[in-house]
Amino acid sequence: MRYLPKSDSERRAMLEACGVAEADELFAHLPEAVRLRRPLALDPGISEYEIVQYFRDRAAENANGYASFLGAGVYRHYRPVLVDTVVARGEFLTSYTPYQAEISQGTLTAIFEFQTMLCQLTGMDVANASMYDGSTAVPEAAMMAVRATGKGRVLIARSVHPEYREVLHTYARHQGMPVTEFGFVPEAGTIDLEDLDRKLDGLTAAVIIQSPNFFGIVDQVKAAAELAHSKGALLIVVFTEAVSLGIVEPPVDADIVAGELQSFAISPSYGGPYAGILAVKEKLIRQMPGRLVGQSTDTHGNRAFCLTLATREQHIRREKATSNICTNQALIALMATVFMTVYGKEGLRELAVQNLSKAHYLAGKLAPRFCGKFFNELVARVDDPDAANKALLKKKIIGGLPLGRFYPELSDSMLLCATEMTTRAEMDALAEVLA
Amino acid sequence: MIDKVREHLSQNEPLLFERSSPGKRAYQLPALEVPAVDPAEALGAENVRPEIEGFPEVSEVEAIRHFTRLSTWNYAIDHGMYPLGSCTMKYNPRINELVARTEALAWAHPYQPEALAQGCMEVMARLEAALAEITGMDAVTLQPAAGAHGELTGILLIRALLQQRGNPRRKILIPDSAHGTNPATAAIAGYAVENIKSSESGVLDVAALEQLVTEDVAALMVTNPNTLGVFEENIIHAAEILHAKGAMLYMDGANMNALVGIARPGDFGVDVMHLNLHKTFSTPHGGGGPGAGPVAVKAALEPFLPAPRLKRSGKRWTYDYKRKHSIGRVKAFYGNFGVLVRALAYILAHGGPGLRNATVDAVLNAVYIRKKLEPYYDLPYPAPNMHEVVFSDERQARHGVRTGDLAKRLIDYGFHPYTVSFPLIVHGALMIEPTETEGKMEIDQFIDAMISIAHEAETDPHIIKTAPHGTRTSRVDEVAAARRPVLRWKPA
Amino acid sequence: MVPENLRYTKEHEWLLVEGQTGTIGITDHAQEELGDIVYVDLPRVGAHLTQSSPLGSVESVKAVSEIYSPASGEVTEVNPALADAPEKLNEDPYGAGWLVKLKLVDPAQNTGLMTAAEYQAYIGAEK
Repeated sequence: MRYLPKSDSERRAMLEACGVAEADELFAHLPEAVRLRRPLALDPGISEYEIVQYFRDRAAENANGYASFLGAGVYRHYRPVLVDTVVARGEFLTSYTPYQAEISQGTLTAIFEFQTMLCQLTGMDVANASMYDGSTAVPEAAMMAVRATGKGRVLIARSVHPEYREVLHTYARHQGMPVTEFGFVPEAGTIDLEDLDRKLDGLTAAVIIQSPNFFGIVDQVKAAAELAHSKGALLIVVFTEAVSLGIVEPPVDADIVAGELQSFAISPSYGGPYAGILAVKEKLIRQMPGRLVGQSTDTHGNRAFCLTLATREQHIRREKATSNICTNQALIALMATVFMTVYGKEGLRELAVQNLSKAHYLAGKLAPRFCGKFFNELVARVDDPDAANKALLKKKIIGGLPLGRFYPELSDSMLLCATEMTTRAEMDALAEVLA
Repeated sequence: MIDKVREHLSQNEPLLFERSSPGKRAYQLPALEVPAVDPAEALGAENVRPEIEGFPEVSEVEAIRHFTRLSTWNYAIDHGMYPLGSCTMKYNPRINELVARTEALAWAHPYQPEALAQGCMEVMARLEAALAEITGMDAVTLQPAAGAHGELTGILLIRALLQQRGNPRRKILIPDSAHGTNPATAAIAGYAVENIKSSESGVLDVAALEQLVTEDVAALMVTNPNTLGVFEENIIHAAEILHAKGAMLYMDGANMNALVGIARPGDFGVDVMHLNLHKTFSTPHGGGGPGAGPVAVKAALEPFLPAPRLKRSGKRWTYDYKRKHSIGRVKAFYGNFGVLVRALAYILAHGGPGLRNATVDAVLNAVYIRKKLEPYYDLPYPAPNMHEVVFSDERQARHGVRTGDLAKRLIDYGFHPYTVSFPLIVHGALMIEPTETEGKMEIDQFIDAMISIAHEAETDPHIIKTAPHGTRTSRVDEVAAARRPVLRWKPA
Repeated sequence: MVPENLRYTKEHEWLLVEGQTGTIGITDHAQEELGDIVYVDLPRVGAHLTQSSPLGSVESVKAVSEIYSPASGEVTEVNPALADAPEKLNEDPYGAGWLVKLKLVDPAQNTGLMTAAEYQAYIGAEK
């Protein structure tokens, strides 16, 4: 087999050195009762060509050549060619976690740059070297707030991504962390500050909002911060569309930012792998889970980077760790780093403005349901979203996400996204069907 | 004489921000075909950000040079062996990278209509079935994003089942040889951790287990083979002890590379386990992630699995959200699909017999290394080892040289270090796992290097304590990095 | 020889009693075992400490150790120098590396505490 680099003669020589006649003797010490005495019921191995064919056949069973207006946490953005060029390099692709700093300066330097850029983008003081994804970054942020404040309750806006809220509920249930949801204003689509005020109390550790929120609307970060802080709670701001940070004011009033970087050249890939981030104000740094890269020097005084503040982590603190997380999405974070480098200071802004313009053109042709200011997603009123989507599929267009599935009161609406990749013709065709 | 490596010039490279200069760009966007909006008008002036201060501004050439130069400062599997115990650093097949980028798979949106996602769903169903067969379990969830995430899911499943039976219980037993994620996970799942000491031979102490398992214990978390690379010969008995008291057996699947095709956890009493696709199933580590941590369970735990579940509906796949006993989601969407594709490609390439052969080679490599190094390094636990072997630094410590120093000296010989100081039950541990994708030449060079270093410990310990010598950077001051953390670049 | 005027615990903390005030630190033996200290986690002023219960922790690069209080009382002062210079614990564990001062519940209380000679013998035996 092409991945096993031993010839039969080499195997024989090694078996001899081990003092056994046959390979099976290496397992002789296992109790018979545990031994699998039949072959695995799996097809025999196939060639490279056949593997390619298998996945081509699967791809043919998926949508091919469709336009799409889906957003809702996963976005279609152009992936600069440099991204795959860089991550295909074996030194990045096949390297291990940078515990041995002397032979991992490539990975460590790139992560340090990533941490820096995330601070620049979000307005926070420190960013970690990524969480699994945006959805799991939320409970990690909530647990941080609980540790930092010593309080137990968490409030989360209904306008945070529904699946993100589900994940928080799963984690919270076993932490003794009561989670209460608060609503949004039906006209604007922004958070209901009065509802938040009513539910906030001295036992609240954190208030969690998303901006731009699930409906694409830029939400009231400053007002939420004032309310939360007035009761001694931290404000956690979530984002799912990272490109928005190219033009939308970052949530500088937040204590913790938890976000998803999929928009930065990470393939939608049917839901993962993505990269989440946590970024915090300085005072929370020791509560932060996940890997951190720090700057230092080597014995000759050269600048060098290393993993640091490891005593927060599972391999040292074990049951008292800030989290159980071991992985960071290093390769995915590297894709995002290359993306941010390619677009750069002006490019990210220009990209964001293109997204804004496309979505506002689309809005001009439909009936946006909310009057709040939006980035590249909007909610449109559509009498029968499922029927509309069926009609759109006939034109090879995947329409927006019918919201009834997550918000019963919005079952006459769908969530649509337009990015720099959405064409005018596609938007015109969609508008025609929805009219 | 070090024959595997020789010094050569590597490029220096500043940080992106130190290369930046206003107006340099590496991108060009197509012209906007709709009217450009004024951000202040569209968002409200107070919602428009100032420029992203300090963000990079470099050209495409500089971008490529930057990342290429950085990459040359890394060691990787493509360079040579990683003898890291419990990490299973095996070759990352390149065909996996190609198929993961198949357009209609890579661009699939998780909310795309089921009828247009059948290809993705078939891939996931096929992988679930293959992993169930390999582990001898009844059902598999692909939702968890990594090993530790899978562990959390597994423990939550146990809690849910016990809760349904009337009492979720309070404690989880964890061997003192366990990986740090195990106790950390138990704590997050709301359980108290009780450590169970290993026996003198390094395996599970069933007598101690018998004493410790009460109606207050929810589960035992075990790794098999354990972190010494030794098969837990009493595992069936341990499972019986647990089951008799209504407790469950959780297996950390990190060491599956020793078992595939040889023994199945489902056959020796495991109720729930996670797998690390980035270990046994060859998906790339990429400098620290992504991974995937599928969880496999026995039928009793199936109703509690995260929703949705894949279900056959006539000739198609569909998602079943009506799972009222489910513990809920542990992640948005369905799992790290891109990683799942790579793992399936690996399984398809090997096939049933091939997977077993890989296991045999993995164990052969580790046993061979043990035999060759036993005369030079202290072997604290003499039981037969499987895919990894653990030595201690006891002999070398007599000359003032510890495992961490030996590891740094190994770098000078052209290898990545083995796992240092783990498991904790071995003082000064050297944990070595070659995996099956190392050939005899590479392994012999590793053995020669380790023997040479053992001699150096006696004749020239100083060269070991000040290693590495040939790398771009010498030892990094981790104390300064922790005392005064600098976690981002700032302009002067 | 460890300072005569201090009392010591099995967990390598020291206590200086001056009237109603106690000062707590860790011993030279402890700092040597820990290696380079990078961070110290201390209680707030006003916190109530109980003898033998953890009052905080001390971290090196690769390990964390709890610090157990040698006496019961209310924290009146926390060493401000340690936040920026945790290395003082390594350099001067009995002087500038003090951790907290507290108002002792019972200054005469001696159970669980060793004299200098007893502690010296204890750490001699440990080796």
